[in-house]
Amino acid sequence: MNTNAATVLPTLAVEHLTTRFASRAGVVTAVDDVSFSVAPGEVLGLVGESGSGKSMTAYSLLGLIEPPGEIVAGSIRLKGRELRGLPERDWRTIRGNRIAMIFQDPMMTLNPVLRIDTQMVEAIHAHRRVSRQAALEAARSALGRVGIAAPDERLRAYPHQLSGGMRQRVAIAIALLNAPDLIIADEPTTALDVSIQAQILFEMQTLCRESGTALIWITHDLAVVAGLADRVGVMYAGRIVEHGSVHQVLEQAAHPYTRGLLDSTPAAALAPAEHGKGRRLQQIPGMPPSLADLPAGCAFRLRCTRASSACEQLPALQSPAPGHEVRCFHPLPQAPR
Amino acid sequence: MSAPADDRLPLGVGPFARLVAAFADSRLALAGLALLLTIALAAAFAPWLAPQNPYDLMQLDILDSRLAPGSPSGDGRLTYHLGTDAQGRDMLSAILYGLRISVVVGVSATVLALLLGMALGLVAGYFGGRFDTLLMRIVDIQLAFPSILTAMILLALFGQGIDKIVIALVASQWAYYARTTRSTAMVEGRKEYIEAARLLGLSTARIVFRHLLPNCLPPLIVVAALQVAAAIALEATLSFLGLGLPVTEPSLGLLIANGFQYLYSGRYWISVFPGVALLLTILAINLVADQLRDVLNPRLQKQ
Amino acid sequence: MPLFVLRRFIQAFNVLFVMSLLVFAGVYAIGSPLDLLVDPQATTEDLARAAAALGLDQPLWVQYWRFLVRAIGGDLGDSFIHGSPALGLILERMPATLELALVAMLIAVLLGIPLGLWAGLHPESIGGRAIMAGSILGFSLPTFWVGLMLIMVFAVQLGWLPAGGRGPTAEVLGLSLSVLSAEGWRHLILPAANLALFKLSLIIRLTRSGTREALQQDYVRYARAKGLSNTRVVGVHVLKNILIPIVTVVGMEFGALIAFSVVTESIFAWPGMGKLLLESITQLDRPVVVAYLLLIVVLYIGINLIVDLLYAVLDPRVRIRRTSE
Repeated sequence: MNTNAATVLPTLAVEHLTTRFASRAGVVTAVDDVSFSVAPGEVLGLVGESGSGKSMTAYSLLGLIEPPGEIVAGSIRLKGRELRGLPERDWRTIRGNRIAMIFQDPMMTLNPVLRIDTQMVEAIHAHRRVSRQAALEAARSALGRVGIAAPDERLRAYPHQLSGGMRQRVAIAIALLNAPDLIIADEPTTALDVSIQAQILFEMQTLCRESGTALIWITHDLAVVAGLADRVGVMYAGRIVEHGSVHQVLEQAAHPYTRGLLDSTPAAALAPAEHGKGRRLQQIPGMPPSLADLPAGCAFRLRCTRASSACEQLPALQSPAPGHEVRCFHPLPQAPR
Repeated sequence: MSAPADDRLPLGVGPFARLVAAFADSRLALAGLALLLTIALAAAFAPWLAPQNPYDLMQLDILDSRLAPGSPSGDGRLTYHLGTDAQGRDMLSAILYGLRISVVVGVSATVLALLLGMALGLVAGYFGGRFDTLLMRIVDIQLAFPSILTAMILLALFGQGIDKIVIALVASQWAYYARTTRSTAMVEGRKEYIEAARLLGLSTARIVFRHLLPNCLPPLIVVAALQVAAAIALEATLSFLGLGLPVTEPSLGLLIANGFQYLYSGRYWISVFPGVALLLTILAINLVADQLRDVLNPRLQKQ
Repeated sequence: MPLFVLRRFIQAFNVLFVMSLLVFAGVYAIGSPLDLLVDPQATTEDLARAAAALGLDQPLWVQYWRFLVRAIGGDLGDSFIHGSPALGLILERMPATLELALVAMLIAVLLGIPLGLWAGLHPESIGGRAIMAGSILGFSLPTFWVGLMLIMVFAVQLGWLPAGGRGPTAEVLGLSLSVLSAEGWRHLILPAANLALFKLSLIIRLTRSGTREALQQDYVRYARAKGLSNTRVVGVHVLKNILIPIVTVVGMEFGALIAFSVVTESIFAWPGMGKLLLESITQLDRPVVVAYLLLIVVLYIGINLIVDLLYAVLDPRVRIRRTSE
């Protein structure tokens, strides 16, 4: 690691991460040559359809890939420390401690037969030797930070006794317990009402800015990313196909897939067009490919209107603007500034 | 995207061929099936396969009693590969005949219980109402009660005999089929194709037997397959306890019971070999039934 | 909670009432006990007198009513063979059976849960496959034959353990128990192992499939993501979830274990109520059979009640639903 660099040391730097699964249908590359980094206090949005490898990327970052899956290449550096290849003992001291994760559905992730206090206290005791009283106190203050009133009552509750929004706040509180360097949130607001979703997004943003915690927010919803993220990576079939600042990716999308995603979100249709009417919602033709039989070269070429025979080779990343990268032979022309 | 598993089978293959292919996926199940077929053939052709008729007293020689496996008979005409019992009966022949009785009792009890349970379950599931409530109450009570007790009590009332033990087995097992049929019939009965058949004005009998019944069969086949093994084991247990079949119709259970007292003197073969035959029969059925359950279970199929 | 318990009690009494009807109809109404009780050379007058004395000349419903009233008072009639109260005979032998069944269930649970967990955590390993194969075998082995084989190997061939009987017992709180002395254990271990085998296979299978299912759940992945040790993930998060179905089955199967002890007791000459039942059936001693059946029904209902309450303790979701009922 180049510690002499004048730039701030990123919280997490991922390079050429590749994760494969051996299955009966053959070897599946779920995460393919993925690189990105997140700085302290920064929010990275990771966008893609289901099956695009977003969640597998998250599990790879936590060392939670189990056989038949395996990280076969690349590096994961947390504050400069290489995590890939760490023994399980050391991984355990990272998980939930330096890198915390929030899952999509807190109904499924909070253990239904254990009380909230048990599940919070064990998360502290897994990493710190403190008394149960001190752990409970920490749990109470974490619940307070995510805006839960009457934390004592909630601590004694079972997950099913809480509302969906409340459960997700608990999950966020658990993620905050050990003041991690990085939080990975895997579609944590998808199951919630829009109004609660907005509240939670705002709170997460504030919490991370204040504490300098880096945040990776995984979602299929570009509208969420627009309001939350500093930078965005768009994933398709295990690869990051476009990567840049939120402004670059959402307003100057260079990859035809990103463009297609933007055109198919209701937000795009709601934006007033020239004639004052809503734009027509557009659909990306075809289906997302199964990772088991990807086309050679660019995985998107069979659905892409701009594809040519050149796309049968894998395109390298190119950079239409500083900090903006796209994996395409025929990127969309950039509108002049 | 078609799942790769489907690609191996050519298009136009019927559901039955698909099931056969899925069944053959497990080598253990195939071995079980082969064993089961062997046992079924041995039971069917016992009179032709057995070296002697073990119940023709003319063929027995009391001087040959309790011979160890491999001993020659007194007159030197045959070898007792599995030894002889207290009457000088060839154990191999006795086991083949006993197997025949065990299998006949187990299978006929299962078929009768299946028919009875299916009929009651179909009526309850399709029509519902008070009959359904009453039937399910009875089924619940019956299933909460161990089958061995039900059978023992009935045999205590009726006495011994093949017909009586079949009745006792049917009485202690029909409830499984009734419950399975009823729950499937209720689920299937609410589906569109039944509604469509009703709208077409088909007769109730036709709807129930031609449309509803075939769709209720897969889970019933699985239950029946498992219950054949249970019926054979239960019959053997009852006969062992002296409640099942009379001495004139010795099933495997009775053969084992007859050898019990000789165990203490080290003459293991009189009990052990019929027991092995019983074990192999039940094991073969269980292996086949286990795989059938996996193949016919729609929940597992979709994965 | 109390409302729920009350409702369960009312249900229990309904079942008990129906069962008493069935048992009465089955055992008393079919055939006449007179043929057994009265000397075959008796005259018609003798028969009528005996019938009147036993109340058999009354209409069936009157007979049932009398039976019911006496049964509620704990009088289920006298044994034809032993001449003493049937219920007393059964209760006298009940501790032996309960001890056998409890030890068998303990063996099944203490071996079955760890083996099932291991097989569920390592389904593809040789050990996991061996455990599963063993449990299929355990399902297929008829209990009575296994009993014979145990006697043959451990009592006859090796001579390590006695082939049958209960051996010395110690009195504790009026119950005679085997588990307190080494010699008692030597007599107990073979029959208990025999009785446990089938339930052991069942618990292994249940635990294994429960474990495999739990491992797929998000809460296990989440527990790992929190940095919990494997011991805590399996020992708390997985185990607590699979305990719920296991407790239910253990409870339900305890009744079956008592019923199946008929077989084990008769093989190992264990002086319990199962052996008594078998003797009574072959000797047509109806009052004892009736007493046994009614006692089993009461036991069943009691066990069901306990299982339901335990269930509520283990599964908070049930607890909430039931209190709000």
